[in-house]
Amino acid sequence: MNPSELSLGWKAAVNEVVIGATAAEGGTRGKTVKIGGSQCVPWLGFDGPVGHRPALAIEIWDCGGSSWVEQLQEAYGASISDPVEWAKAAAALNPDLLCLRMMGTHPSMDDSSPAEAAEKVRAILAAVDIPLMIWGCDVDEKDNVVLPKCSEAAKGENCLLGSAKEKNYRTLVASCLADGHKLIAESPLDINIAKQVNILANDVGYPLENIIIYPTTAALGYGSEYVFSIMERGRLAGLSGDKLLQQPVLCDVGSQAWRAKEAVASEDALPGLGAPKERGPLWEALSATNYLQAGADLIVLRHPEAIRTVQQSIERLYQTAVAQ
Amino acid sequence: MYIIGERINGMFKNVRAAIEERDKKVIQDLALAEVAAGADALDINVGPAKADPLEALYWLVDTVREVSDKPLAIDNPKWELMEKVIPRVKGNGIINSCKADPEQLEKYLGLAVENGVGLIALTIDQRGVPADTETRVELGAQIGAMAQDAGLPMHDLFIDPVILPVNVAPKQPENLMAALRQLAMLSDPAPHFVVGLSNVSQNCSNRHLINRTYLVMAMTAGLDAAIVDPLDTELMNQVITTELLQEKMIYCDSYLDAYRMAK
Repeated sequence: MNPSELSLGWKAAVNEVVIGATAAEGGTRGKTVKIGGSQCVPWLGFDGPVGHRPALAIEIWDCGGSSWVEQLQEAYGASISDPVEWAKAAAALNPDLLCLRMMGTHPSMDDSSPAEAAEKVRAILAAVDIPLMIWGCDVDEKDNVVLPKCSEAAKGENCLLGSAKEKNYRTLVASCLADGHKLIAESPLDINIAKQVNILANDVGYPLENIIIYPTTAALGYGSEYVFSIMERGRLAGLSGDKLLQQPVLCDVGSQAWRAKEAVASEDALPGLGAPKERGPLWEALSATNYLQAGADLIVLRHPEAIRTVQQSIERLYQTAVAQ
Repeated sequence: MYIIGERINGMFKNVRAAIEERDKKVIQDLALAEVAAGADALDINVGPAKADPLEALYWLVDTVREVSDKPLAIDNPKWELMEKVIPRVKGNGIINSCKADPEQLEKYLGLAVENGVGLIALTIDQRGVPADTETRVELGAQIGAMAQDAGLPMHDLFIDPVILPVNVAPKQPENLMAALRQLAMLSDPAPHFVVGLSNVSQNCSNRHLINRTYLVMAMTAGLDAAIVDPLDTELMNQVITTELLQEKMIYCDSYLDAYRMAK
C-alpha cells in the first residue's frame, strides 16, 4: 500500500503566523519567522503538508539571570547579568526568536516600573535583530500596566506578546491590536478554556489568525503526558475544522525543565543519574522533543546545549517527513 | 449539521411580494440573515408565482448570488423548470427534489452529475409516501444504488425519508427514524439524510416545540441535514447542543458562539 493512501484527508490546516517585521514591513528585524501551516498528524508527511519547522526561542530576563541555576549561569557566562549582553549571546546561538520575560517587573523581584520595562525592550530591540517575544511576569495587575508600555515600545516590530488569560485578557488584547503584535492565549491545561480565551479575544476584535495557543507546559516527569494529550486532542480537532483550535501551539519548556529536580540536583542527591552538567540540558531537550511529537509549533528553551539538540531533532524530523 | 435555510420561499408573503416587485433588498437581507444564523445552503422556492416562474427563479438565483456564495437548493417539483435553472447555479447548488421512481431518478441524477450539484431524493414513488419503515429503506437503498451507478458522489446525495404531520400520521415520526438507522448502514461513506422539518408540525399547535424536539430525535438517529428556519435561534441552539452532546465539537463555555463563528 502506498503510504499516501493512509492520509486522513484533513479538512483544515494549522494557521500560518508570522512573527517579526523587517524594514520592508515597518519594523527593524533582520528576518521574520513563520510558524504553523501543518495539515497532518505531526511529522507524518504522507498524511498531508508538514508546514513550517517548529521555531525555537531562547528565554532571557529583563533583569538578568542571576537567580538562574548554576548550569545556565555557566553556559552564558558574565553576559547573563546584563540583559543586553545576554540578548546578544543568546542571538549568537541562532534561535528563531528571543523570548524576553519581564521578571524584573515582578513585585517580589525588582518591581521595576513600566517605563523601565519599556526601556529594556527598546534596548534589546536595538541590540539584536531577531523577532521578539515579550512575556509578562505573570502577576496580572502588574502585567496590565507593564505590557502596554512594552507593546508601545515595540510598536511595528510584530512581536509575540503574552499572555491573555480567561480572567485577564482585555488590556493585552487592546495593546496587541493597537501596536500590531501577535498574541499568546494561555489556558491552564484545559482545552475548553483554550477555546474560550480565543473566543473572548476574538469578541473584542482580535483576529483568531494572529493567536498562538499556550496550553501550559510541564517538564518531563511532571505531567508532560497530560500536556501531550491535550495538545494532541486540540490539534486533531483543529485539523478536523475547529477554528478555535487551529492556532499554532507554544510550549514554554525551559522554565519548567529547570524546575525539575532531575535537571538541577547534584550527583550526590541523585546518585546514578550522571553529572548535572549533561543531565540538565538533556532533561530540557527531552522535555522539548516530546512536544515536537504532539505538534508544538514554537518552543521556548534556556540552555544552549538543549537548543542545539532540539534544533537537530527538528531538522531530522522535518527532513524525514518532507521526504515521505 | 448541514442547515438548508428555508426562508426564501414564495409561500412567505414578504418574499412573494418581493418577487413580484423584484425587490432585491428583501431577498438579499433574508439570505444574509440566514447565513449569519448558520445556514450552510439556501433553499430557493419561487412559491405560487403565477407569471413566468422560470424568470422569477432566475431572478432569485441571481439576486442571492450577488450577496452569498452558499450553495442554492432549487426547490421546485417541475422538471422543465429544474432543467433550466440548475445550470444557473454553476455547480454550486442542490436539486430539491425528485422522487425515487427509477425513470425520474435517472433523469435527475443525470442533471446533478452533469452540473456537479447535489440532489435531494425523496423516498416516494408512484405508491406515495411509504406508511412503514421497510418501504422507506427499500426506496432509500434504491436511490443510493442508482446514485452510485450514475457517478454521483455520496456527499452530494441527500436522501429525504419524508416526514408527515404528526397529527395525521402519528406512527410516521418513529418509522422515519427507524429507517434512518437502517439506511445509515447501507453504504460507507453514507449519503446525507435530510428532512423538510416543518412538515412534522403542519396544522399542529406548539409547532416550534414539535419541530425542535423532532429535529434532536432525528439527529440522534443519523439525520445530518435539515431544511429549517435558521432564524429560529432556539432551534439552532438545540442543533448545536445536540452536536456538542454527540461529541462533534469540544465544549467551551461559549460553544454556541463558537459554532456560529466556525460557519
